[in-house]
Amino acid sequence: MSELKIYNFMGLRRVAVIFSAVLLLASTISLFSQGLVLGLDFSGGTQIEVGYKQPVKVADVRGQLENAGFEDPVVLHFGSESEVLIRMQGEPDQGLAERIYSALVANGEQLDLRRVDFVGPQIGEELRDKGGLGMLIALVVVMLYVAIRFQFKFSVGAVLALVHDVLITLGIFSITRLEFDLTVLAATLAVVGYSLNDTIVVSDRIRENFRKIRKATAVEVINESLSQTLWRTINTSMTTMLVLLALFFFGGELIHNFAIALMIGVGIGTYSSIYVAATVMLAMNVDREDLIEPEEGELVDDLP
Amino acid sequence: MPNKFPLWKNLMLLAVVAFAFIYAAPNLYPPDPALQLSGQSSAMQIDGAVLKKVEQALDAANIEHFSGEANGESALIRLTDSELQMRAKEVVQAEMGGEYVVALNLAPTTPEWLSSLGGSPMKLGLDLSGGVHFLLEVDLNAALITRLEGDLQEVKSSLREEKIRYRSFELKGQQIIGRFRNEAQVEQATSLVRENFRDLQPQFKQGQNPLTLVLELSEIASGQIEDNAIKQNLTSLRNRVNELGVSEPLVSRQGKNRIVVELPGVQDTAEAKRIIGKTANLEFRLEAEGRIGEMFEFREGRGQDARLETSAVITGENVTDARSSYDENGRPQVNITLDTKGGWQMGHSTRDNVGRRLAVLFIEYKTKLEKSKAENGEIVITPVPFVEKHIISLATVQSQLGKSFRITGIDSQRESSELALLLRAGALAAPMYIVEERTIGPSLGADNIRLGVLSVTLGMTLVLLFMIAVYRGFGVLANVALTMNLLLLVGFMSLLGATLTLPGIAGIVLTVGMAVDANVLIFSRIREELASGSSIQAAISGGYDRAFVSILDANITTLIVAVILFLIGSGPVQGFAVTLSIGILTSMFTSIVLTRGLVNVIVGGRKIEKLWI
Repeated sequence: MSELKIYNFMGLRRVAVIFSAVLLLASTISLFSQGLVLGLDFSGGTQIEVGYKQPVKVADVRGQLENAGFEDPVVLHFGSESEVLIRMQGEPDQGLAERIYSALVANGEQLDLRRVDFVGPQIGEELRDKGGLGMLIALVVVMLYVAIRFQFKFSVGAVLALVHDVLITLGIFSITRLEFDLTVLAATLAVVGYSLNDTIVVSDRIRENFRKIRKATAVEVINESLSQTLWRTINTSMTTMLVLLALFFFGGELIHNFAIALMIGVGIGTYSSIYVAATVMLAMNVDREDLIEPEEGELVDDLP
Repeated sequence: MPNKFPLWKNLMLLAVVAFAFIYAAPNLYPPDPALQLSGQSSAMQIDGAVLKKVEQALDAANIEHFSGEANGESALIRLTDSELQMRAKEVVQAEMGGEYVVALNLAPTTPEWLSSLGGSPMKLGLDLSGGVHFLLEVDLNAALITRLEGDLQEVKSSLREEKIRYRSFELKGQQIIGRFRNEAQVEQATSLVRENFRDLQPQFKQGQNPLTLVLELSEIASGQIEDNAIKQNLTSLRNRVNELGVSEPLVSRQGKNRIVVELPGVQDTAEAKRIIGKTANLEFRLEAEGRIGEMFEFREGRGQDARLETSAVITGENVTDARSSYDENGRPQVNITLDTKGGWQMGHSTRDNVGRRLAVLFIEYKTKLEKSKAENGEIVITPVPFVEKHIISLATVQSQLGKSFRITGIDSQRESSELALLLRAGALAAPMYIVEERTIGPSLGADNIRLGVLSVTLGMTLVLLFMIAVYRGFGVLANVALTMNLLLLVGFMSLLGATLTLPGIAGIVLTVGMAVDANVLIFSRIREELASGSSIQAAISGGYDRAFVSILDANITTLIVAVILFLIGSGPVQGFAVTLSIGILTSMFTSIVLTRGLVNVIVGGRKIEKLWI
């Protein structure tokens, strides 16, 4: 086994700051100017998925529905050429799905009604509120935990890294106009969990090294810690990415966007656990003094 | 560094492994498609004779079936082909008639020795099994208004009885407002209300002309009314759901004023919606004499409009039983039985009114969406509840009615059995509106299961290969841990009765990807220890010890997030949170304790030249 190579990660931190700033700015602008494409869960409305025996043209289906007197139906392919998603705002009276179904089979087509979702506007609004609230609670609780277990500067670094990851994931969803539904919200919160996992492992090593290595600058300590955890960071991201690819390609249309959100999040999370948290700590002048007085009952490293 | 577990630890590991295998095993036995037969009323005996009739009908239709059982209350007949399930239902329903409820079901095939240990397969969520999910909002305000309307009538009649004169009494919003000529009358009325109507709080408005007395429901009373309304609606819904014969329905309260109904495996979703979604009530009202009364249309225009009295004789709440049957001329009719109070009131009201017509008023609560423009120009869509009242039957009272009587003149058997069902299943204390509805067809459910299993298998295989490629010998250990983690996760979910959903499967996949993290951490540490010159045994021990703190911190924080996800989420998100949380816990166990046990058995206490890591 060879000596561990120390990479000068922090030497590139100005580049990283610019990179992150550009991504954050683009995300924020997009989120504010055009927002997210909200899925049915959040927007409310009625949506119906039907499966045909053979591929159909979206325009034909739309024409059929318009002829039957439905106003402005949104018709799109869902997963394959023979599956169609029909979306409508308004009139969620009890027989809507049945009426649409009978309009579609009027010409003798064979199809099956795969899914009907109706979400009332008040539910959509509640889910939006709850989602945002959950995100905030998650961030605050995590910040508290890290502040208690580590130190205040670490917790600022960890939470900023999380905000960074979540904002950019949302931003990419906004820029690419991908649909944001409940599963994507779950994925975004899972990104919080994942990215945090990464950041904690790195922070843990930084804390340990600050206590262990006495004659080194903060930059050197952080570089060494990042280099030591680099392989672990990459390997874990690799295994997670592998399963996400499996979900993306074979998990089906319903969790397609879930997989995309997580892939973006894991990618950004890997980057942020190397650069964002550590850069923030450096910017706050983290040093040995911050970690030297372990409180009563804290786990103390048993090395000299 | 002994690197050896004491005996009890090894035994505990074995026990956990055995636990995982036993409780994950029931999931290997796919359920049989089945038919479930029950009676419309609990008094009906479903015994061997009934079962035999069903089986003969299936034989005649050439539908293969096996191991039918009847337990007196219901019968279960297993089928070999799930494609034929729908047809089998039609065949049996046609043979047995409307008295019986035939439902599609999935019968578990868990071997006896497993189920005797409490093993059962995981419950499948609606997105996997197919079925319907409704979220209904109870209009509590309407319950209060109904109560106040009743109180208003009673207050008025007791004022008349006591000969206390008033100018007017009416309901405005949630207040009963009475107007009087002089203060003595107000005082008399106030003390009467204080004495006889404890739930109402009288309040004299000073200095108003005419003199005004405002009656409001006390906070405790309105809280009770609301609570009772929800409870009664829950009971009614449960009754209706039971009538549908669904195998494992869920009807439960959510939040202050909502009710969730989930009917897994229901394939005839339109039927379910018709029964559940029908938020209806019934009132029996006499036809008005003269001009005072309300005009109502006949349902579906099947008769002349009629003017009815403004107050009801009884409502659907007083109905204890209702059955559809045929009259002497073979036309459908509904036989109704009332409770004692209802019977008394019915007798009292019809005694002097033989020859007048009695109407059954069907009250449906519906919602429509209305578009309107908000101040900022955006189009806002708001649901507006509205009530539809139609007469469904108007028949001449032939004699004084008592506790049981019948409604005739119904067009079809379908209509009579639906009316009977609604009457029997009980009235709703307050109207409900559907605010969310999700229907998943059986084919989509089956697809989701297939895709879920495929992505778990594939993701798992990729991770296993990756771990072997990168960590060789120790990779194999991590893989054993990973596989055990999956088994434990499935075992726990089966035992806890947790529901598996598609996002739940995604959670499992994600757990698989992230679970190796702990082992990666440990192995990296061991490598470092070796690089810094520790002996092999010391490196193993040191690696595990050092990695533990990081693993703990990282997993606890992820667990915090998963718990928050569970608390704020609904259906699908909760499914994800549950698998993620259980996965975090099981993965900590398998990757730390289990691999350590394996490492100890393999290399512990021996002299080893080189660690294959």
